Amino acid sequence: MPDAMQGLLPDPLRSLPSRPRLRAPNTRRWLLAAVTACLVYLLVVFVWGRVMSPDLYAVHYADKFLPPDAAHPFGTDFMGRDMFHRAIKGLSNSLVIGVVASAVSSVIGLAFGILSAVIGKAFDKAVLWCVDLCMGLPHLVLLILISFMLGKGAYGITVGIALTHWPELTRIIRAEVLQLRAAPYVLAAYKMGQSRLRVALFHIVPHVVPVYLVGVVLLFPHAIMHEASITFLGFGLPAETPAIGVILSEAMKHIATGNWWLALFPGLLLLVTVILFDLIGDGVKKLLNPHSGNL
Amino acid sequence: MRLEAKDIRFRYGGGSGARGGDGRSGWVLDGVSLSVEAGERVGLVGPSGCGKTTLAKILAGYLAPTSGSVLLDGAPLPARGYCPVQMIFQHPELSVNPRWTMRRILTENWTPDAALADALGLEDAWMNRWPAELSGGELQRFCIARVLGPRTRFLLCDEISTMLDAITQAQVWRLLLDVAEQNRLGLLVVTHNPALAARVCTRVVEMG
Repeated sequence: MPDAMQGLLPDPLRSLPSRPRLRAPNTRRWLLAAVTACLVYLLVVFVWGRVMSPDLYAVHYADKFLPPDAAHPFGTDFMGRDMFHRAIKGLSNSLVIGVVASAVSSVIGLAFGILSAVIGKAFDKAVLWCVDLCMGLPHLVLLILISFMLGKGAYGITVGIALTHWPELTRIIRAEVLQLRAAPYVLAAYKMGQSRLRVALFHIVPHVVPVYLVGVVLLFPHAIMHEASITFLGFGLPAETPAIGVILSEAMKHIATGNWWLALFPGLLLLVTVILFDLIGDGVKKLLNPHSGNL
Repeated sequence: MRLEAKDIRFRYGGGSGARGGDGRSGWVLDGVSLSVEAGERVGLVGPSGCGKTTLAKILAGYLAPTSGSVLLDGAPLPARGYCPVQMIFQHPELSVNPRWTMRRILTENWTPDAALADALGLEDAWMNRWPAELSGGELQRFCIARVLGPRTRFLLCDEISTMLDAITQAQVWRLLLDVAEQNRLGLLVVTHNPALAARVCTRVVEMG
């Protein structure tokens, strides 16, 4: 019996035992599978980069500027380093910075967002003023400023990214909490004798957690892109560290002489990673939303 | 028991009264008094915007009056713990947590017995669903069931049956009247429908 007809049939017919059949995977399962696949890919890149021997992207002056082939899928650069392993290592470094920075940033965002909605008007105004201040400055300029102040390198760039990515999340969480506090079901719960703690735990937290999780996941691509951009501009990781930003800025010097593979493959790798994070964020959002979570 | 509103004045925003340019300088309620006895069913009728819902919210303690007082047996409503005055809202889809299953919503305050669930037509199959998967009328029946617990003394019904079809409406009111009779509840019925007020209520108050 086709699915479309089931809803039209009267109840007694529907409750008849139907023959067992192989069920097609539903939306929820597809989403779960897609999110898991993205996570596995990112984990593999991360772990691979962590445990990779530096010999794999060591200098071999004999193999300068080799175009992509079986031994060097992404080619080699002006010092004969294998670009495939260098790109993976670089991406892994970027992931570490992205994870640390977005973890810190999201906690700042969560704390400010909740406190801002709960404590009172004066604190709320102060937080909103800081949000406006951070969002009013061009993001890259602020990043460069902080990174430069802290002496560049991995430390400067991580702190810079961690300190500049919280305003959006703060705004979203503040709005969510404010809205929840005035929601009729929250007010009704108080009238039904629920304590403030119970209301916070069972009514408010379940709404804030998904917003927070999605916020964190969607912060990663921002953090990674910003890390790559300011490294590309020379205010981030030092030139000897394998990093996508370093690779891309070096590639700029050689692309005019026809060494196209130096920029193309690492660039694509970065793009794929960012898109995957975006997909995970959207997938998690759909899975956690009761309007689409049961499809 | 007696629920009493004494000389209630109320304006939204507490401001200088930019709203309501009809010479009342923004007062939604201006010196309203009303009382409901246990076992009594009072209808509250009046045109749109005359403050029926506002009065109900004040009586249930959702809003604080600008001046005047709400007394339950001569004492103010309890600020914490279960409030013996419960209100059922006009928009059930806003009154339930969209991330809770229907079973959890129904049992937040007490556990209705099977007979009550049956009388309200709450089907077992709905219990594990999300509110987004039920219609307004179905949700409203859950909202009614969850406040019919033994600790409720007064029930304020704000246009609770407008989204129900005529048959369900009749069933729901029959059950509400039965429970009100059994528990000697005081009912305040806010409605646009004079026929409903005449049928259900022992006394009708006109506003506006």
